[in-house]
Amino acid sequence: MIRWEWITSNASQLVEATLDHLALTAVAVSVGFAISFLLSIVIVRQRRLASAITGTAGVLYTIPSLALFAFLVPFTGLSFLSAQIGLVSYTLLILIRNIVAGLDGVPADVREAADGMGYGPARRFLSVELPLAMPLIIAGLRIATVTTIGLVVVAAVIGQGGLGQVMVRGFNFRNDTAVYTGAVLIVVLAIMADLLLAGIGRLVTPWARARGS
Amino acid sequence: MELPGEVVAWFADPANWTGTNGVPNRLVEHLRLSGISMLVAALIALPIGLAIGHTGRGGFLAVIVANLGRAVPSYALLLVFLPIFGLGDAAAFPALVLLAIPPILVNAYTGLREVDRDLVEAGRGMGMTELQLLLQVELRAAAPVIIAGLRIAAVAVVATATLAALVAGGGLGRYIADGFGLRREDRLVAGALLVALLALIVERGFTFLERRTLLPGDPRRPSAADLAPAPRADIG
Repeated sequence: MIRWEWITSNASQLVEATLDHLALTAVAVSVGFAISFLLSIVIVRQRRLASAITGTAGVLYTIPSLALFAFLVPFTGLSFLSAQIGLVSYTLLILIRNIVAGLDGVPADVREAADGMGYGPARRFLSVELPLAMPLIIAGLRIATVTTIGLVVVAAVIGQGGLGQVMVRGFNFRNDTAVYTGAVLIVVLAIMADLLLAGIGRLVTPWARARGS
Repeated sequence: MELPGEVVAWFADPANWTGTNGVPNRLVEHLRLSGISMLVAALIALPIGLAIGHTGRGGFLAVIVANLGRAVPSYALLLVFLPIFGLGDAAAFPALVLLAIPPILVNAYTGLREVDRDLVEAGRGMGMTELQLLLQVELRAAAPVIIAGLRIAAVAVVATATLAALVAGGGLGRYIADGFGLRREDRLVAGALLVALLALIVERGFTFLERRTLLPGDPRRPSAADLAPAPRADIG
């Protein structure tokens, strides 16, 4: 059923699709994180805006990906931009929830201790609150990244799918090997990205490791 | 831009409301495929989730299922099933069932685990059997979390049922697939709006049930002072 020689003779195409998949994911998660970070700070400062922001992100998150991509085509075409608008939209709810929860989780007395030590608001935020929020922020990034790797597959319908393209072409040309190879590579990619981010999470929160073990 | 007018015209055209390719029929197809998949997934996932949640044994199973569910993308699953089960709903049905199992199972498990132990011990002290405890105490207290699992599964199933149209299935996704294939933007956008609306209605419906089943005094009960989103592991 699997034609192994197809995999070896198309190795370069598979590598390219994998890199494409990674690039689409990396751009979407990075842009999504930048937007989510700013919106989370807005929420923490102005609590009454919280329900409006998370509500909007929730609606975007609920819209099925195929519908969102289809809706964008008349406006931004079968483009990288269309794919990114969709992919970024889906990261927002996950990231905002986790960043806000992380910042909210900083104990009030820790904040006061920082104030008492003469930290200004910016320094308190960067060197006290942000590090303490890091475990939940990393958890959000892991979920957002794995989710995005899956959604990139759907972006194949607008010609931007990375490994999704390999699978769809495989389907169109009755090439089961391409379909299975694409699927396996996507799952491997998701697991590796998750492990990588988990590792980064351990590196940036050494205190959690010391306490945990 | 003429597009808004074209989309309104599409919705106003009686031809799009009758026959096989009419909205009512496509909606019924969509709901039938989604509904049956959800039913089968719930029949598999709820008993397992409740059993491991009640006994507290086999929690590792919930963790494995949760991680697998997250790593395997729905569209990829659908494409993988095509050569095995054939085109359209034949491949979509098993893919949808597999997709819906993880959130239902995991939330049934965590919901039961989170039930106040005092509540369970009180029931036990009153002489309730294990089955009575499960059905009358734990299930009631865990209802919002269990319904949240059904909500996540249902939204994912409705969304993925749309993808079935790309592999020759029916349902509302048909308009999107045909819109792409025939380069008809009115149909494409009309289909996208219908699918988005359906997903939002399903999401709102389950959220409503979730809120209704929260017990009085539950910290998750929304109040004006509490607009902070709680950290939750149920997304994605």
